[in-house]
Amino acid sequence: MQYTFIALVEDKPGVLNRVASLFRRRNFNIESLAVGRTEKPGISRMTIVTECASDLDAHKIEANLYKLVNVIDVQDVSRQPAVTRDLALIKVRAKPEQRAEINNLAAIFRARIVDVAPDSVIVEATGTEDKIEGMVELLRPIGILEMVRTGQVAMTRGEHAGIRRTPGANGNGWHVREAAGLAEY
Amino acid sequence: MKLSGAEILWECLTRKGVEVVFGYPGGANMPIYDAMLNYPVHHVLVRHEQGAAHMADGYARASGRVGVAMATSGPGATNLVTGIATAMMDSSPVVFITGQVAAHLIGGDAFQETDVTGITLPITKHNYLVTRADEIAEVVCEAFYIARSGRPGPVLIDICKNAQIEKAEFAYPEEVKLLGYQPPSHAPEVDLQAAAALIAEARRPVILCGHGVLISGAEEVLQHFAVKTQTPVAMTLLGLGAFPASHPLSLGMMGMHGEAHCNLAIQNADLLLAFGMRFDDRVTGTLNSYAPKAKKIHIEIDPSEVHKNVPVDIPLVGDLKTVLTDLLPLVDENDHDDWLRQIADWKAEGDARSIMNWPQDGKLHVSHLVHDLWEATAGSAIVTTDVGQHQMWTAQYYFMDQPRRWISSGGAGTMGFGLPSAIGAWFAHKDEEVWTVVGDGGFQMTQAELSTAVQEGANVKIAIMNNNFLGMVRQWQEFFFEKRYSAVNMRTPDFVKIAEAHGVPARLVTKPEEVKAAIAFARQTPGPVLLEFRVEQEEAVYPMVPAGAALDQMLRRPVRQDAV
Repeated sequence: MQYTFIALVEDKPGVLNRVASLFRRRNFNIESLAVGRTEKPGISRMTIVTECASDLDAHKIEANLYKLVNVIDVQDVSRQPAVTRDLALIKVRAKPEQRAEINNLAAIFRARIVDVAPDSVIVEATGTEDKIEGMVELLRPIGILEMVRTGQVAMTRGEHAGIRRTPGANGNGWHVREAAGLAEY
Repeated sequence: MKLSGAEILWECLTRKGVEVVFGYPGGANMPIYDAMLNYPVHHVLVRHEQGAAHMADGYARASGRVGVAMATSGPGATNLVTGIATAMMDSSPVVFITGQVAAHLIGGDAFQETDVTGITLPITKHNYLVTRADEIAEVVCEAFYIARSGRPGPVLIDICKNAQIEKAEFAYPEEVKLLGYQPPSHAPEVDLQAAAALIAEARRPVILCGHGVLISGAEEVLQHFAVKTQTPVAMTLLGLGAFPASHPLSLGMMGMHGEAHCNLAIQNADLLLAFGMRFDDRVTGTLNSYAPKAKKIHIEIDPSEVHKNVPVDIPLVGDLKTVLTDLLPLVDENDHDDWLRQIADWKAEGDARSIMNWPQDGKLHVSHLVHDLWEATAGSAIVTTDVGQHQMWTAQYYFMDQPRRWISSGGAGTMGFGLPSAIGAWFAHKDEEVWTVVGDGGFQMTQAELSTAVQEGANVKIAIMNNNFLGMVRQWQEFFFEKRYSAVNMRTPDFVKIAEAHGVPARLVTKPEEVKAAIAFARQTPGPVLLEFRVEQEEAVYPMVPAGAALDQMLRRPVRQDAV
């Protein structure tokens, strides 16, 4: 099954390489990895989607991530109430007479046309992976010229937190989060 | 106070208590070597950087302090790689300092430029590329803290040449704060209670004592625990010495070449108490039949080791000494008389097969030799080894009663480790007797360090077990490849002459009756001494758990009818 992890890491050169190298070294697969800045300076946030056979594998990934000195906190949000989003830009072959059809499809998926060229349009879609997959399938017969996707980003809803199944690692991240001034978040 | 980056490095190293570094200079670390002359540090010039890495590792293991090795960029740094991987696999605290080309040249394939932080990423606990002088103090302090705390391991600092030369304001950071690195110490009380309940119920418990016992300094509390609960103690290869071999509760070494009664005890146990060990494949045999009747409690500081190979019932993640000290008052005094009697019966059966109980046959057996060495040194020497048959025999027959005297490459299984690690250990304990037991194959891999030993006057005694074979590979070919010997027969040089060329006193021993005198000669002669033993060529290490077999499916030495 697919697992989604949120990792807070120090924003330093080479950290992405360390995380990617760890997945390769320990023979875990990365389905997608999105990384970007957070509300705190110096801390980046990664959303990592992997395929795991069981919770035991998820534990291994989590525990190994903690072995990296630059990793501050890891949580598994796979089965927690969370908002997950993927963003896709899809360039579709579009003769002027096809634009209306594409426009209709986009409307159904609450996607937007963000560029119109004589022979193509770019559709921007945001949503869960499933939703984007569904839209891609419908656009495919029309003719997809190019596609780019960001990979998933995730955030738990309200007060919900992810699962932390690595006892002891960084005090499960909590005291570290406080030290970093992250308690309120 | 403005200092050059190189001076800042030495200011920090000397404040960390570093008295000796092992290394090799070159183009990219010359400013470091120049500044070194102004600091009270002894530098050991090795003959190959791998030697420096193993020396720093041996120093660290013998002393419990951080070892330091240095090399220049490019080939100097890549020559360290085997030693770094060795330290990583055995959780040894070593800080490696490599020179790197100037920051503005990085990425341009400059002379002797190699991506050392990239190469060593998976074989270091952490590594740093330093491009500015003002980063050095903080990085060195972090590196020492990371190397020795938690589960120790090697940390590499790659310092660009410009950062060594440039001047920066020096302030020694008194405190290291790392957001993402906070090693655990105590385990939760509720888990300790659950563990104590399992321990109270156990009828056939066994303690699995690993390297972590030594690293965390838990030897004493382990003994209290074992005695209070009357639980026998099996040791991993690297756990030897953490619990006295002569203790009535000691089961000796477990695993592929472990004692038969020890492996039988593990397979028949109803509770395994894994203390600072990681269920390596060499100690478990095949996993699906490993200790099938046993519940498992695992005290371990590295959460990634928990459930890695063997799922456990209660993981206690924390510092072993701390956790065991917390657990000790919660467990009841106990006796496991029936269980201990059962184990004693297994042991008696094994003793009948032991080569020690064979009549003298006029041949040199490594096990006998090691036993003689153990007797001569009253079991108190620091003993390092290479990797292979001689390593297993030394582990089996040099009965370690004291901690940090057994130094061997376990996880990585690095040939060539013996001599340099012995030199490093000697620097940690110059007043102690240091022996290295090596094979003819491994010794030749780092033989060049003999010259280093002489230059340093290192009081290291070298015992070469020469069987003209790569013995362990030969044994596997004998057992599992129909005795089709492939590339294992090794013609060796005259080691005595090699020693003499270095000015090292040496003896060749070919007969059992010469052994004791040769050992006495080595012990009485100051400085390095080399003994070459022409040992029985095609002998096998027993017992042996074949790869992929269950731990109790051991190949055993045949019982000899004329054995005592």
